[in-house]
Amino acid sequence: MSQRVYLFTRFERFWHWGQAALVLVLLFSGFAIRGYHDLLHFGPAVRLHETAAWLLIGLWVFAIFWHFTTGQWRQYIPTLERIGAMVRFYAYGIFLGEPHPYRQTPQRKHNPLQRLAYLGVKLVINPLVWVTGLAYLFWEPLRELAPAWLGLEQVAGLHVLGAFLMLAFVIIHVYLTTTGHTPLAHIKAMITGWETLHDDEVIEPRPRKG
Amino acid sequence: MRGQNSRPGLRCLVGLVLLWALPALASTADHRQFAELEGPFASGEEVTEACLGCHTEAAEEVMATRHWTWEYHNPLDGEVLGKKSMLNGFCIADRSNEAFCQSCHIGYGWEDETFDFSNPFKVDCLSCHNTGDYKKVAGLAGHPAYERTEYPPGSGKFHGPTDLVEVARNVGPTSRETCGSCHFYGGGGDGVKHGDLDSSLVDAHRDLDVHMAVDGGDFRCSTCHQTESHAVPGSRIQVSAVDDNRAIRRGEQTDRNPATCQACHGNAPHEEGPMATRLNEHTRALACQTCHIPTFARGGVPTKMGWDWSTGGQLDEDGKPFQRKDDDGHVIYDSKKGDFTLGENVVTEYVWFNGDVTFTTTETEIDPDNAPVPINTYHGTPGGEDSRIWPVKLFHGKQPYDTVHNTLLVPHVAIPDDSAFWFNFDWAKALEAGTEAAGQPFSGEFDFVETTMLWPITHMVAPDEQALKCGSCHADEGRLADVEGVWLPGRDRHQLLDRFGFGLAGLMLLGVLGHGALRIATRNRRKEH
Repeated sequence: MSQRVYLFTRFERFWHWGQAALVLVLLFSGFAIRGYHDLLHFGPAVRLHETAAWLLIGLWVFAIFWHFTTGQWRQYIPTLERIGAMVRFYAYGIFLGEPHPYRQTPQRKHNPLQRLAYLGVKLVINPLVWVTGLAYLFWEPLRELAPAWLGLEQVAGLHVLGAFLMLAFVIIHVYLTTTGHTPLAHIKAMITGWETLHDDEVIEPRPRKG
Repeated sequence: MRGQNSRPGLRCLVGLVLLWALPALASTADHRQFAELEGPFASGEEVTEACLGCHTEAAEEVMATRHWTWEYHNPLDGEVLGKKSMLNGFCIADRSNEAFCQSCHIGYGWEDETFDFSNPFKVDCLSCHNTGDYKKVAGLAGHPAYERTEYPPGSGKFHGPTDLVEVARNVGPTSRETCGSCHFYGGGGDGVKHGDLDSSLVDAHRDLDVHMAVDGGDFRCSTCHQTESHAVPGSRIQVSAVDDNRAIRRGEQTDRNPATCQACHGNAPHEEGPMATRLNEHTRALACQTCHIPTFARGGVPTKMGWDWSTGGQLDEDGKPFQRKDDDGHVIYDSKKGDFTLGENVVTEYVWFNGDVTFTTTETEIDPDNAPVPINTYHGTPGGEDSRIWPVKLFHGKQPYDTVHNTLLVPHVAIPDDSAFWFNFDWAKALEAGTEAAGQPFSGEFDFVETTMLWPITHMVAPDEQALKCGSCHADEGRLADVEGVWLPGRDRHQLLDRFGFGLAGLMLLGVLGHGALRIATRNRRKEH
């Protein structure tokens, strides 16, 4: 027996994939600006990076609005509940074919590790990238307001730090998408919105509080 | 229909304005009709006397300028500079060679220190205001050849005669030709010194210089070097390197140098395109010339990038001086002068520059063990508000110095006599005579030392589409690879941060690959389960 659950609404999926594409473009063009590769010339890389950045900022504005109006921000409230079981599963149980210790429901789409990771992205990486990126963009007018220790060099460094953290997140995130029932199961769900829950993973959702 | 009908009217109006404006650009006086200019004139001085009969203040004005005095007091350190006494790495020095070099003096008769700087009739009006057929012959101390003259005597080179009446009756405003007759030929030949000034600018095409191009702005030099009372603004000794201002308005009273880019374009000249603001922000660190003059000596005239005097004086089997030419027919060795390194389409060097320049003079003690000796030094603060990154021509010389006094020496080279180098090929005699004329102590011991000299690159502005691209500098081995004082994305990185970042990403990648491999390895066990 398996059960199909509609987990990801159309906006969520659009936001997710839009963000994914923009983040990859930003990493690629940003590393060209940094001089790590020369697959793009500096000028075109800057234009691409800035265009993608503004699109991503626009998308974030919509997403933040969506999260608060729909109450979906609650999906990211961190919890330590069963986190030990989660860690044990990925470190050990997954190799033994143990069932996933977390049951997805539309009310609780993310397991405790996901919650922590996504919250980290939203509260640490994104703001770091966003603030330093805007400071980078508008450095000339900001320069005179900045304290003496803060130069373009520091702004660039923090921005790149954000980029590296994002890159690390992307690597882990992309890998973990393959840990579903089949390697592509989670990706399919993110495309169609429908996640197929299998017998051993299906439990009745808890009654919602309030 | 109404719009169509109004067009011919508009055209008529434009035509009328042009008809009115074009003659207005010329003088209101036709000098050909002046009885004063009917001559005959036996000498240039007599022409000047005729000019001053109407232009009563002109000589006084000219005599107050550096074009006349060849003297300049560096406001930075009070050093007495100016062509009269300065040293360079090309033709080295003026002293003792006046009759030759002063063919570029706007006067008549300066051949030694007895020249009378207070005699207004010695001012050469024609040198700047001729419209052709007037040439001051090197060797004649600023005079043209009034008669047909062989100079140097016995050389087979003939000059003149000059029809002074014809030249005087056809005077006009200065032009690229008249200014260029000296400023294009500094250092003894076309394009030798500056690199951004040579005869190709007389009939410049747009790719060479958007402003002076015949098919572009068709500017004369004075369009930018707007001259008042015969004082021409602009100097390579005290350069207006930073002009962080809006454009000068017509009629505005200002002390600003009218020849800067900003005087017309302002300090935020980029208006079009998504990068306009970004480019305007670059003006905090960059001179306009840095991006807009991609290379110099672009007009087909090579400039001298190097000059080695130490090899001068070689003679052929017959004991005669000779020249060697490169494949393009340009002289690269001359017994009189030594070896040359030529350059065309030269990529500039870049320095932080606040406009201040100091010079090695005949009195400066040099350190020959620390060669090359900088003949001039450009001052500036990397990253400073008072400085900009400027394009410069970096010239390499090798020239005589006194091994006892450690000073660069003034040689006597150009006047046909028994001590000039060009006619005797004897350095000892040439330096003896040159230093004596310059009043410079000379021990008699000399050798050659490598020198450098910087020249600001500010002419030959290319069309905007040929300006440097972002990646010209924002790259590892870009044009500004060695320029400090700015954080330059694309060139600058944080080594530790990068190691951490790629290390982190690498660890993540290793981790997931290991995890994935384990999952694959344990796949069967799970299936059994």
